[in-house]
Amino acid sequence: MGWFKREKQNISPDSQKLDIPDGQWEKCAGCDEIIHKKQLEINAWVCYKCDHHFRVGSEEYISLLFDKNSFKELDKKMKSGDPLEFSDTKKYKDRINSTIKKTGLYDAVRTGTGKINGKKAVLGCMDFKFIGGSMGSVVGEKLARAIDKAYDTKSPMIIISQSGGARMMEGALSLMQLAKTSARLSKLADAKIPYISILTDPTTGGTTASYAMLGDINIAEPKALIGFAGPRVIKQTIGKDLPKGFQRSEFLQEHGFVDFICHRKELKNRLDLVLGYLSN
Amino acid sequence: MANVTLDFEKPIVELERKIEEMKSFEDNLDIQYEINKLEEKVIQLKRNVYKNLTRWQRVQLARHAERPYTLDYIYSMCDDFIELHGDRLYKDDKAMVGGFAKLDDMKVMIIGQQKGRDTKSNLYRNFGMANPEGYRKALRLMKMAEKFNVPVITMLDTPGAYPGIEAEENGQAEAIARNLLEMSRLKVPIVVCVIGEGASGGALGIGLGDRILMLENTWYSVISPESCSSILWRSWEYKEQAAEALRLTAEDLLEQGIIDRIIPEPLGGAHKDHQYMADTLKTALKEEILELQKVKPDKLVANRINKFGNMGVFEE
Repeated sequence: MGWFKREKQNISPDSQKLDIPDGQWEKCAGCDEIIHKKQLEINAWVCYKCDHHFRVGSEEYISLLFDKNSFKELDKKMKSGDPLEFSDTKKYKDRINSTIKKTGLYDAVRTGTGKINGKKAVLGCMDFKFIGGSMGSVVGEKLARAIDKAYDTKSPMIIISQSGGARMMEGALSLMQLAKTSARLSKLADAKIPYISILTDPTTGGTTASYAMLGDINIAEPKALIGFAGPRVIKQTIGKDLPKGFQRSEFLQEHGFVDFICHRKELKNRLDLVLGYLSN
Repeated sequence: MANVTLDFEKPIVELERKIEEMKSFEDNLDIQYEINKLEEKVIQLKRNVYKNLTRWQRVQLARHAERPYTLDYIYSMCDDFIELHGDRLYKDDKAMVGGFAKLDDMKVMIIGQQKGRDTKSNLYRNFGMANPEGYRKALRLMKMAEKFNVPVITMLDTPGAYPGIEAEENGQAEAIARNLLEMSRLKVPIVVCVIGEGASGGALGIGLGDRILMLENTWYSVISPESCSSILWRSWEYKEQAAEALRLTAEDLLEQGIIDRIIPEPLGGAHKDHQYMADTLKTALKEEILELQKVKPDKLVANRINKFGNMGVFEE
């Protein structure tokens, strides 16, 4: 013993006290870069290295797009009524309550009015973290009312989609939300009030098959998964591997269903520009 | 075609076979008495079985291989049917059929998903799973009906919109979404009837209307019981439970305020008597259209948007 002398201190959990609290770092899913949350926020939650767009929710989009303190939320506390008393491995009611507790959200969409560079607009923004951004009665009703608000105040309507589709636990009532929201949008269209749909990762199923595809302008974030059927279902059905880039934003633009793809940092300015063209 | 017997129908079929057997010993009064008694019993048994079907059994009936499909109804109910093909953009979808027809002297546009009866015709019809061109063809026909002031009837019978590569390339979601928007403001009456399977967006893509009917043994929901089972239970084995949980029968949907009317089927299901079923449906469709034709177009559209606006359950 004693042939080697350790000059450095042993590495132990408390030997190196980090001056940064836990949970402040995120790993980029695109390039594995570890990025500090503050830095992400400054860069609109986009990786500064590889441009991967992190999945963020309504809170972030509201702060990103709307002028400071201009956003006024509508129907904030509307909650699902569990019409079917649905139960699978878990009761739907319990699922809802635990998700509310976990996320601090009441359902998968938030709606409200506000201003974008001084221009008024009505927003509906979905949250994927609330049961996969699934659309049930609450999402349908809140969006329908938001569209009415846009209609009544002659303000442009913006919906940011982020959803796996209709919510199974409300059965056919969920399905009818596709009809309900699309029908409301037809009123907006007849009144020549602009409607802009922003598609983010992921937008699939009933959400895509209703309001997400019905914008006067459809804008997608880069590389977002957008489609009707989920890739797994398609793969099972056709029994073949899917082509690279299938159902991504760039694929949708190529096939003619998205007007343009927009980097999140540019979103506010592009939106402002588009709104300018669509208003008298 | 070979008779298809579902599990829960076996006791009935068994009894019917016994009666047939006894009938072959003809001209025996004693036996005749027994036969009468058994026939009585069969009717009782049938009433019992078909009155107490589980939701999953209804799903099975809705998929029964001998059930009438859209074209069967059209040919049984209508005169002078002219089938119209193609979406004028890309293709003619064989899983979606439609055209002008007459219910007696009433001109209508009838559109519906079309399944096949055997492997060959099912491949031709893509198992009743429409592609975007099918939804666009449906919309083209509806717009033409509007132009010439003809009421629209749609018949829903599909396991879903087709989940394929081409379907996605051509905008399956956009095609369905567009139909929902345009159907909500179409200025002629639209009567929708679920005649078999009403699976999710693929069914709803032609399902927005002023009056929504369902035949007695059909289902309509956001997802099929099998897919629901595979997602929520992570196994295909829970389809019975999923069917119960989804509450997807005609009675359930009437209770949920989604549909307006249930059209009764002959005892044992629509396939037991195609003509009777078609006649019943025809009477109902004519009644509904005559009522709707009394409403002014603008009011019709406003009512329709409100009708769907009222669907949903939430707490505030």
